[in-house]
Amino acid sequence: MGLTAPPEHRTVSYAPESQEGWVATRLDFLVNWGRANSLWPMPFGTACCAIEFMATAASDFDLARFGMERMSFSPRQADVLICAGRVPFKLAPIIRRIWQQMPQPKWAISMGACASTGGMFDNYAVVQGIDTIIPVDVYVPGCPPRPEGLIYGIRMLQEKVKNERSSDAGIRDEMEPDPSSQLYIPPSVIDELGEPFGNSVNQTRSGL
Amino acid sequence: MSKRTVEVELSTSGLDAQGRPQRIPLVTNDGGAAVALQPPPGLEPDLEGEHMLINIGPQHPATHGVLRLVLELDGETVVRCIPHIGYLHCGFEKIGEYRQYNQIICWTDREDYLNSIGNNVAFALGAERLFGIEITERCKVLRVIASELSRIMSHLVWLGTFCIDIGAFTPFLWAFQRREEIYRLIEKWVGARLTTSATRVGGMAADIPSGWMDGLRQFIRTFPHTLDEIDRVLTRNAIWVGRTVGLGVMTPEEAINWGLSGPLLRASGVDYDVRKDFPYLDYETYDFEVPVGTNGDVYDRYLVRFEELRQSLRILQQAADRLPDGPVNIDDPRVILPPKSKATSEMESMIHHFKVVMEGPRPPIGESYVAVESPKGEKGYYMVSDGTAKPVRWRIRPPSFVNLAAIPKMVEGHLLSDVIAINASIDIVMGEIDR
Amino acid sequence: MTRFEVVRTGASATGAQPATQRNVSHRSAEANPSAKALQDKFSAAIKRVEVIWAETIVYVDPAAAHEIIRWLHDDQSQQYDFLIDVTAVEYRDAEVPIEVVWHLRSLPYRRFLRIKAQLPKGAPLEIDSLWDIYKSADWLERECYDMFGIRFRGHPDLRRILMWESYKEGYPLRKDFPLRGRFSRSEQLRQALAQNPEARYSMEELTIADAFAELPQDMRERLSKGERTGE
Repeated sequence: MGLTAPPEHRTVSYAPESQEGWVATRLDFLVNWGRANSLWPMPFGTACCAIEFMATAASDFDLARFGMERMSFSPRQADVLICAGRVPFKLAPIIRRIWQQMPQPKWAISMGACASTGGMFDNYAVVQGIDTIIPVDVYVPGCPPRPEGLIYGIRMLQEKVKNERSSDAGIRDEMEPDPSSQLYIPPSVIDELGEPFGNSVNQTRSGL
Repeated sequence: MSKRTVEVELSTSGLDAQGRPQRIPLVTNDGGAAVALQPPPGLEPDLEGEHMLINIGPQHPATHGVLRLVLELDGETVVRCIPHIGYLHCGFEKIGEYRQYNQIICWTDREDYLNSIGNNVAFALGAERLFGIEITERCKVLRVIASELSRIMSHLVWLGTFCIDIGAFTPFLWAFQRREEIYRLIEKWVGARLTTSATRVGGMAADIPSGWMDGLRQFIRTFPHTLDEIDRVLTRNAIWVGRTVGLGVMTPEEAINWGLSGPLLRASGVDYDVRKDFPYLDYETYDFEVPVGTNGDVYDRYLVRFEELRQSLRILQQAADRLPDGPVNIDDPRVILPPKSKATSEMESMIHHFKVVMEGPRPPIGESYVAVESPKGEKGYYMVSDGTAKPVRWRIRPPSFVNLAAIPKMVEGHLLSDVIAINASIDIVMGEIDR
Repeated sequence: MTRFEVVRTGASATGAQPATQRNVSHRSAEANPSAKALQDKFSAAIKRVEVIWAETIVYVDPAAAHEIIRWLHDDQSQQYDFLIDVTAVEYRDAEVPIEVVWHLRSLPYRRFLRIKAQLPKGAPLEIDSLWDIYKSADWLERECYDMFGIRFRGHPDLRRILMWESYKEGYPLRKDFPLRGRFSRSEQLRQALAQNPEARYSMEELTIADAFAELPQDMRERLSKGERTGE
């Protein structure tokens, strides 16, 4: 009764001096607000998803309302790499190089099923997900995702940007690929990610 | 102090005998010959003409996909162009050997993704030839409607991106706004905007819903306004004409020998259109014209495709008027799914449904090559069957692949900015080129 | 342009108007008149003629393929001026030879013909290139080489076109090539990242580059043998 907490509620105690100061949080808010609302996309468009990306940027589903109408085709001036479309192995070093050319802070959106996991192309030619090559922040499923879906993914990325904290030390570290193999995650993980699973194994009972 | 303007008369036209830009000597002696200046001692000698090797792509806003062009430039003039493709090679033909015919239809959407429903129709025609099936009259007219809508969609993307490459941004937005209308129509019909998978072997995935024809007629009524608007802005625009006339000329004999097809070939003066010369889907009964150009340059290709948009509207009007009633799919349960109501109530239909889904329809042993007129050119599907549910070989004859092979011929002697315009005029889709 | 007076379109035709084919027979349709003309002219080199779904297929001896297609292109009564496609077919049965398939069209006479040459699998897969007859054969034959490993003799620049030039896994469309490739995914990715496309200019391109003439002679020889920097 009254203002005391019931006994079954847990109370958490914390030390005030371990939290961020008021200035740092306000600065974070300002910086993140600026970054989130003016992300300059680098459209790495390869296939059908690129057409849906163009439709999203056109007048009916306007991307300019989110601050993204300035498409930056030079990676040096871009914030977010939107990989729209399937990435074959021949294109893999290109996307790696484009990613490395982008300056921090940078994010990556993997648009569509083919960029996220290789999609329907489970064969010798296609990379089974660009997250084996570059670190990805948001995956947008769909084949191709509707413009509303892509906008939802972009909004999700904006939320992610707004929740970044400058006190988080490793958040803007550049990925370091292994110098000999150029892979930035262990080969066993790549093999596991690329394994056929679920329906694709039993397509028409040929096992392939 | 008053401003004084000095007019300098150039002694030469600036072009040499081949019509290429020439450096004009600024210091001449009395006879008009160039006089080499002696550099001061200790300074490096003046630049001599050297050829540059530059690389465009594969990631580039204006290459229409992942195309890499290596150019040898003499100043701004292209001496040689070496294209590299394969950056979007995804093994379509290999995976076609592991999928049933109805499953391959989903793959045909993704190769030429601007003409997805047209590719669905082309593949279904090829598979039906391989199976020896005649489709229903209603299905034929629906497929004509689908192909022509697809042609309009593809040409609108071409128009929008071509304008952006040359520098005009607004027609892109107009074109995409019209495309959204077509997307809505197609979405009401098959459920997807871009990757439609609209046909099946022996028919279509779905019949048109009620009220769909009104939407189509509304589109046919309003689309010419956009065409007129774009026509007014571009066709007699001095900048447009100046940037496109005389570029990338291919003579008719060269065009045929290089295997060009579609608007590219017709702009060069050869009136070969698969719909007229090797007709399919009763195209000989529709009243439409095929525009043929005279010069074979980029401006003619623009005019040919623009006129094709108007002719597609004509065909759509006729098809909408003549759509007959009746079933869309053929009545052969070994090939196509029976209606759901029968499959859930009759044993035999359920067995047929099971076999068609799990095993897939099996054609007799044989092969077929069926070509259609896609917006890019002659699109052919060559299928070889050994009697099983999956083809032995599925070959896509890509029009953009053969058209792009001629780009070294087309850009020789032109300027760097013309390379972009010529590349855009070929109307390539890398998904189709690399498969 | 007298050559194209014979080509007419649609309703304005004074000759036979083409129509959509209906009720096409599986094997008993009439053959293309060119098949008989070929048999009259090249009797031994024509192995057999089949008509499947109203398309005429002529099986020829691989050694004579170039001569036959040259005649089909040049002869006034044939005028097969349009090479639609060059491809190959490998059957699932290991005994059946690989077939090289050419699709030809005669625009003036509105005819379609398929020519096939069978290459037995034990011997190296080689056939003459059609580049000197049709320029469109250039890239089509390169693709056929890339996917099947068939070498076209006389082709000016036979290198891989869809896969990268140092692709080690083999020829993808062969039936003994597994769908997902021969190596593991991480190995495929490792090899893909190691090939640096912009370091691999062809010899034609390298000769353009400014400093090529100043390279030492032995380095130019090594480059012409296919060695590339960044290996």
